[in-house]
Amino acid sequence: MKSRFLTLKPSGARIQIVEAGKGKDLLYLHGAGGHMPNDPLIAALASKYRVVAPLLPGYGQSTGEDGVRDMLDVTLHALDVLEALNLKKPIVVGHSMGGMVAAEMAAIAHTEVTKLCLLAPAGLWLDDHPIADIFSKLPYELPGLLFHDSKAGQKLLTSGVNMEDPEFLNEFLVMNARRLGMAGKILFPIPDRGLAQRLYRITAKTLIVWGREDVLIPPVYGDAFKRAISKSRLVRIAKAGHAVGQERPAAVLKVIRDFF
Amino acid sequence: MKFTWFHLMPWPHMPDDFREKHRSVWVDLPSKMYEPERGHGIYHQYLDQLEFAESVGFDGIGVNEHHANAYGLMPSPNIMAATLTRRTSKAALVVLGNSIALYNPPLRVAEEFAMLDVLSGGRLVAGFPVGTSMDTNYAYGTIPALTREKYAEAHDLIRKAWAADEPFAFNGRYTKLRYVNCWPKPIQRPAPPIFIPGGGSVETYDFCLDNTYSYSYLSYSGYLRAKLLMEGYWKRVSERKADESPYRAGFAQVICVADTDAEAERLYGPHVNYFYNRCLHVYPGFADAPGYRTIKTIQTGALSQFTQAAARDYPSMTWKDLVDGRYIIAGSPETVRQQMEELIKSLRVGNVFCLMHIGDMPDDKVRHSTKLFAEKVMPHLRNLWPDWNNHDDRFWVHPMNERVSLKVAAE
Repeated sequence: MKSRFLTLKPSGARIQIVEAGKGKDLLYLHGAGGHMPNDPLIAALASKYRVVAPLLPGYGQSTGEDGVRDMLDVTLHALDVLEALNLKKPIVVGHSMGGMVAAEMAAIAHTEVTKLCLLAPAGLWLDDHPIADIFSKLPYELPGLLFHDSKAGQKLLTSGVNMEDPEFLNEFLVMNARRLGMAGKILFPIPDRGLAQRLYRITAKTLIVWGREDVLIPPVYGDAFKRAISKSRLVRIAKAGHAVGQERPAAVLKVIRDFF
Repeated sequence: MKFTWFHLMPWPHMPDDFREKHRSVWVDLPSKMYEPERGHGIYHQYLDQLEFAESVGFDGIGVNEHHANAYGLMPSPNIMAATLTRRTSKAALVVLGNSIALYNPPLRVAEEFAMLDVLSGGRLVAGFPVGTSMDTNYAYGTIPALTREKYAEAHDLIRKAWAADEPFAFNGRYTKLRYVNCWPKPIQRPAPPIFIPGGGSVETYDFCLDNTYSYSYLSYSGYLRAKLLMEGYWKRVSERKADESPYRAGFAQVICVADTDAEAERLYGPHVNYFYNRCLHVYPGFADAPGYRTIKTIQTGALSQFTQAAARDYPSMTWKDLVDGRYIIAGSPETVRQQMEELIKSLRVGNVFCLMHIGDMPDDKVRHSTKLFAEKVMPHLRNLWPDWNNHDDRFWVHPMNERVSLKVAAE
């Protein structure tokens, strides 16, 4: 995996782009936690595709978060990045918050996004199935929320660092404030910014993927997305939690390859 | 010196096993614990105590705003202050304050504060807190990373609304009003004195200095731990070449006075324990929503006191620990006087917000402690800032000269 940088005009925001692999273009939009260390999903996708994975302002080394305040800002930012990257009809893959952004892009610019893959996307709210409040969680609570196998998940999240270590916690606090501070603009306090009323506009061929054991955004949301997007297919992956792509990278790669 | 008797208005009936049964006193504590019929008497007892504080000579009486909080039962402090305008006549009404980012439109604060200032004959001190993360983000749903921008815009609107004599249009990012027209307007011109509760960010120091507002550190962990933060403030005051009036700053302190040190422990120990172990039992996940604090503030290590409280081991702290560590100032009038003097001089504060109703303290003890403080402590602390004639016009109220005398209907 390599990183390069893209400067957007006129904002001057400097965007970190992670790239890996060869093949057809695939744009990957991360979730609220950003990329994981040596992200297993990016690694798996890179075995068959040219993966281009920009980091949202506030994530990694990307800057410019102060000028991005709401859903439209985020969506237009992502479309600006897509345009600047000059990709050829990419498959647009988004996980969780990134899925929400990808769906918004496909709804607003439906002629530009023609292949869409949503991995446990955020963006809808069902009163009977409330989504967990990630903002009030403490670091040690996250693995259980994100993974079916929380022990293995914790290793993936931290690459083995001790989560009780004060230095780790201090760094985590700053990183977390930047990342989730940005994420909060579209996810806090309820991760719904009206996507439901725009989903009908999506004309892309759409694959929806959900971990059967997702406790953060329950799998029932998969049905809601499926119903609202006309050319869509829903696939459930066994023994996977919310971070379905990181927990079952090979399975997710396979369903993407089969579908597109 | 100006002494403000400050009420938090806690719910005094949280059970003994509260900590075991509930993760937080704030945000998600089920409201079935609140009993409205009992609440009726409690509110009136608390208001009586504020009125009593005026009668024994406190300069100000204070209320504040919290939401979904069992230790702060004033979602609207303005309602409390309104009742006090009718039953008090001398004390400043210190509303510390209204979380201006939460009002929609924030013009509501300009209007209500103006009402209070007019009702009280110019006795309002207006507080403009950002609000804690528990209140602002978790209970009231404001997006953490946008809270400060929203706050700044609300402040701008309120000051313009008070200053203007004609209607004007306000095109903000968060509030758009074609006709801003604040009826009534405050008696105190151009505005009542304004106090800003802060927690150690440089931005807030500068905000106070830019606008001639008094910086108030509302801590529950005592003056020793406040020293570093207040030194940061005074350093900034000096860097900015502003004058060093002690009235630029205030500090909140838990205070208990009895005839002797031993008597203080006997009388107040259980209530102090209730306060630190039940009232301050806040789930750390609610203390600091990501984005609420600026990155700069986090990097300087100024954690919220609730994050610190979570890390601190209140349950294992004894009365002696709390007294020796000066979390609380408690003891005989002489003990309290000495420590108060140390607090006032070491933090360089002209305002002290005295927390004298503590946790589940019954009325007779509240009055006993309050009276002893007013009679045997306060007089000895009055003249600690002679260079400033013990008053700074910029940071205190300006009541109108000839006010109407109030007649209570029942009399």
